[in-house]
Amino acid sequence: MTDDLACIQVVELVTEYLEGAMAPAEAAALEHHLATCPGCTEYLEQMRALAGSLTPLHEQELPPAMRDDLIAALRRSRP
Amino acid sequence: MIRVAMAYVAGRATAEEVVQETWIAVIRAIDGFEGRSSLKTWIFRILTNVAMRTGARERRSVPFSALAAAEDTGEPAVEPDRFLPADHPRFPGHWAIAPARWPTPEEGLLAGETRAVIATAIAELPPAQRTVIALRDVEGWSAEEVCEALEISAGNQRLLLHRARSRVRNAIERYVTAQPVHDTASGSA
Repeated sequence: MTDDLACIQVVELVTEYLEGAMAPAEAAALEHHLATCPGCTEYLEQMRALAGSLTPLHEQELPPAMRDDLIAALRRSRP
Repeated sequence: MIRVAMAYVAGRATAEEVVQETWIAVIRAIDGFEGRSSLKTWIFRILTNVAMRTGARERRSVPFSALAAAEDTGEPAVEPDRFLPADHPRFPGHWAIAPARWPTPEEGLLAGETRAVIATAIAELPPAQRTVIALRDVEGWSAEEVCEALEISAGNQRLLLHRARSRVRNAIERYVTAQPVHDTASGSA
């Protein structure tokens, strides 16, 4: 199998790859490229690090008990 | 919530009004909440409805998908001059200047100044991109929740996320490479 992907194409595919939205054959071609390309591997890891890791920029999710209390309080507050 | 509202209305003050109006609508409608979607998604559905109505009154309202389409300029994830030219004899389209290394989140990517760089980069994104990255990567929503709340397709959601993350990544890289060389990789584990 030849390495048909160039790095300039890979950087446009990383989100689709990280989201698990690629067809298996396309994902395999990407992984084949990554296996021999340190630059794209670094790029993918940086994009992976961004994905979902920015939550410290925001306050935490409500704990389930507090969520239930909130729903109950909202219901009670109805006029 | 204000972040999402601002995708639909002009100005923070109006967005704050939208959020207030949303909470009033939530209280009125809470008996109708059947738990088929998460409470969060349900509240944001109300928020986007209120925001769109308010935006329509401002004559600035467009569906989120139209907003997304309007701001998509098809820009590349990485500047093309970072890659070798397409007619390069051995490595066409491969990295000419590889991505700069920077600390992982565990090594302190989100500490101090970098955190401010990321927050600024997100704030400066076009509204649809900003909303999607804020919901996905800051608020931690799933792709499905974002598609449902914003009424966009999975492909559209991914494209907006891709553009947004690419821009934020570029902002971090610009910041990191502009720093004087210091011992960020201490211990070089």
